[in-house]
Amino acid sequence: MPAPHDILFRSLADPTRRAIFERLCRQGEQTVGALTAQSGVSQPAVSKHLGVLKEAGLVRDRHEGRQTHYTAQLGALAPLIDWTSQMAGFWQSRFDHLEDLLKRMDQ
Amino acid sequence: MNETSAKTRSVIVEREIPYPPEKIWRALIQPHLIEEWLMKNDFKPVVGHSFNLRGDWGGVLDCDVLAVEPNKTLSYTWNFRHDDPAYNLASVVTFTLTPTRTGTHLRMEQSGFRPGQKQAYGGAHAGWQKFFANLEQVLARVD
Repeated sequence: MPAPHDILFRSLADPTRRAIFERLCRQGEQTVGALTAQSGVSQPAVSKHLGVLKEAGLVRDRHEGRQTHYTAQLGALAPLIDWTSQMAGFWQSRFDHLEDLLKRMDQ
Repeated sequence: MNETSAKTRSVIVEREIPYPPEKIWRALIQPHLIEEWLMKNDFKPVVGHSFNLRGDWGGVLDCDVLAVEPNKTLSYTWNFRHDDPAYNLASVVTFTLTPTRTGTHLRMEQSGFRPGQKQAYGGAHAGWQKFFANLEQVLARVD
């Protein structure tokens, strides 16, 4: 496996770190404090995880006063993902919903 | 990113559905039904009608109705505007319904993905969980 993949996989291998990254994907920009409050680990631990994610290019930080804000950089995942298969997965799940709906329309 | 050509790519999803085309057609064109299986919308089955699909992740897709052939074909644009060309998505979604002995063959083709496409908005939300599940499997094999 090429080196950039190794770095991405390694940085996302840790469940706590992955949870932080997923939260940034879902909720947009977050401060370290907000991420700590939801993570169940200490702020220094969260900061360390964010450092690893930043090194992998998965997050970007922005300083504002005493706060540091982090955002997910989805583009960093591009080497890992074939978006056409992502989109196919999206439609498969929508078709599941469609079939459920058609069943209900019978009643 | 498996392809490096300049051509755009398509996603095709097909399914046999045990209901007649007329019934599936209703689910494809009635806004309150579309909302139940796809997204919130202000769709009208009128060629040229512009509408939005609003995903529960906050994304809004710009769509224009291209073709309406009752119980047979429905086509509309599926566009996500973004300043970064790598994230900008201009695609066309076409549903084709073909009656079969047991119901309907439903085909969805989404075309227009460019090889450099970084994001497929609309797919991202549903795709994340699958992606992370896949990732865990890959990780299990890496060690």
